[in-house]
Amino acid sequence: MNSLIKSMSPKGDAVDENLTAHPDNVPLAVHDLTVAYHRKPVLWDIDLDIPEGKLVGIVGPNGAGKSTLIKACLDLIPRASGEIGIYGKPYQQQRHLVGYVPQRESVDWDFPISALDVVTMGTYRQLGWFRRVKRAQKERAMEAIEQVGIGHLAHRQISQLSGGQQQRVFLARALAQDAKLYLMDEPFAAVDAATEEAIVQLLQTLNEKGKTVLVVHHDLATVKRYFDWLVLLNMRVVETGPTDEVFTTSNLEKTYGGKLNLLSEAARALQAATR
Amino acid sequence: MNSLLSVTLPGYTTMVVVGSTTLLGVAAGIIGSFLLLRKRSLMGDALSHATLPGIGIAFAVMVAAGGSGKHLGGLLLGAAISGLLGVLVMFLIRNTTRLRDDVAMGLVLSVFFGIGVAILGMVQELPNAAGLEAYIYGKPASIVASDFKLIAGMAIFTSLATTLLYKELTLLCFDENFARSQGWPIGWLDLLLLTLVTAITVVGLQAVGLILIIAMLITPPTAARFWTHNLTTMMLLSAVIGGVSGGLGTFISAWAPRMPAGAVIVLVAAAIFLASMIFAPAKGVLARRFRRRRLRLKVDRQHLLRAIYELLEAEQAPSSIINHSIPVTDLLRKRTWSKVEIERIARLARKRGDLEPPSGQELCLSESGFGEAARITRNHRLWEVYLVTHADIAPSHVDRDADMVEHILEADLVRRLEEALRRSNTWVPVPDSPHRL
Repeated sequence: MNSLIKSMSPKGDAVDENLTAHPDNVPLAVHDLTVAYHRKPVLWDIDLDIPEGKLVGIVGPNGAGKSTLIKACLDLIPRASGEIGIYGKPYQQQRHLVGYVPQRESVDWDFPISALDVVTMGTYRQLGWFRRVKRAQKERAMEAIEQVGIGHLAHRQISQLSGGQQQRVFLARALAQDAKLYLMDEPFAAVDAATEEAIVQLLQTLNEKGKTVLVVHHDLATVKRYFDWLVLLNMRVVETGPTDEVFTTSNLEKTYGGKLNLLSEAARALQAATR
Repeated sequence: MNSLLSVTLPGYTTMVVVGSTTLLGVAAGIIGSFLLLRKRSLMGDALSHATLPGIGIAFAVMVAAGGSGKHLGGLLLGAAISGLLGVLVMFLIRNTTRLRDDVAMGLVLSVFFGIGVAILGMVQELPNAAGLEAYIYGKPASIVASDFKLIAGMAIFTSLATTLLYKELTLLCFDENFARSQGWPIGWLDLLLLTLVTAITVVGLQAVGLILIIAMLITPPTAARFWTHNLTTMMLLSAVIGGVSGGLGTFISAWAPRMPAGAVIVLVAAAIFLASMIFAPAKGVLARRFRRRRLRLKVDRQHLLRAIYELLEAEQAPSSIINHSIPVTDLLRKRTWSKVEIERIARLARKRGDLEPPSGQELCLSESGFGEAARITRNHRLWEVYLVTHADIAPSHVDRDADMVEHILEADLVRRLEEALRRSNTWVPVPDSPHRL
């Protein structure tokens, strides 16, 4: 399957070369990534190396391409160019190492299943085609849902949960995946204080276990407290590195200042020209 | 006409027809659940309309090959191919243009159906072409034993396939992106789902026709959804509703030969849907009405008790309020109540023992009613103080906000309110009103 993808790639050879340049112990290495929606580029020439065991915040204004970056890493959207290596190999070979927490609004919570059913979905990949969910999967899901502090709600239908509880269900599902690298798309968006606290504790637990966690984050006030590594993003990587060094006023101005910077102007022009 | 009449006798023919429509209903109910949850109902409708050209072409091809052209398997194969082609065209339109889904579906539905009608018109010249229109409206009476085998086989196959793919289809319908990130082939799963839907659609053409088949796919799961929050239960219920609609509908149409069976089947399903919508215990219209009415009565009663308590409070020292009767005219000034309304609410409160028996133009709290009134007033004040101190809401506005919330304050929430107020040192045993009464 993978060889098929490589042979279909216009730069088949380059793929190998670049990936071997990234050692196996780098959880996420992004090289020269460009992504476009309807020919409008939203990410330009992204280069990133995320070190193992870090709590990483991806921070930037609306429309900076934060979610897009995560989706590109998971092969959910096509990329115009560039390579992404998960522990040195393409994502297709490393799915078992990656846990994903999508945005809460991305699904219909009126779906007729329980919280535990959703969390159990984290075990489906390992289970494989046609196999039924057995006690082992249920137990792992139960463990995960207890870890986010809503074990008592396991059998509730998901529409009867509050927004924060729904968010925790998604986190528990990622935990049930038992990954080494976690990608979380705005887990802190519109959650109550109790959930925020639960998520922070969970992040720290994962961190202590040596997991790498990437979190798309909005609230600048909490950045310093939550993350030890930062990616400041606004269509390109403005700055990346340890929070202490990167989280400076001048860097934030570069990230947030002047929404109409040259890049987005150029992107718009490009879209207009190729329409 | 003869064949229709023969159905009225519960004989072999009847059993064949009823068996077919029942099995069809069961299978459609099962696969329809996923079609509904995938939010592809309209796509199913476009699909069924897109089967018509296939029927006409398959007939012409079979006649050209020297057959009678009416071989059911051949016709349904043509229908299936053209239906799936319609689906592919829809996906093609969606992926290559920026047109919205509903446009793609509308186009495929109408254009394919148009082509089908045109082809049917052309093949009318061929011998033995009469009766092909039966696939548009359905004609279950024409189902014979060999057709039954095909329908039953297909119904059982699709039901089993759906059950086998339960986990995968659930994942697809609930969270497409997560499924894709896990390496599940979303495109293929979608195609599989629509192929199963196609299979049921084409074997259902003979019974209910291509216009009404969508109702058999969508109505049973929608009705079932009113009764349960559990997907497995919903599917089982949907299968039962589908089966009952199919069987019962056929029976009814046999007794009333002027009513086409396809339409009756759909109407039975619609009746079950309507009953579910109205009577289902948690999500039904009646249950929701009832709950809302009960809340409104509770709110009214609590407003009355608080109004009386506040009037007592106004004329006495706050530490020792003594209960006595209050003239109705005083109460009328407290709120925008009419006299009739107050009397209605007072009757309600009396029934619950909150008020003493009637004494002309005065109302008097009973002993338990007095305690209840103090509790309600306290909740109201707690919430008001909380809004003023913690939510920065102007004292002149809090009365209305508290008015809405106080009635649903449960013991646990009251306890947390007390805690929050105690922590911020705004705590008082029974707080005074933060605004003028």
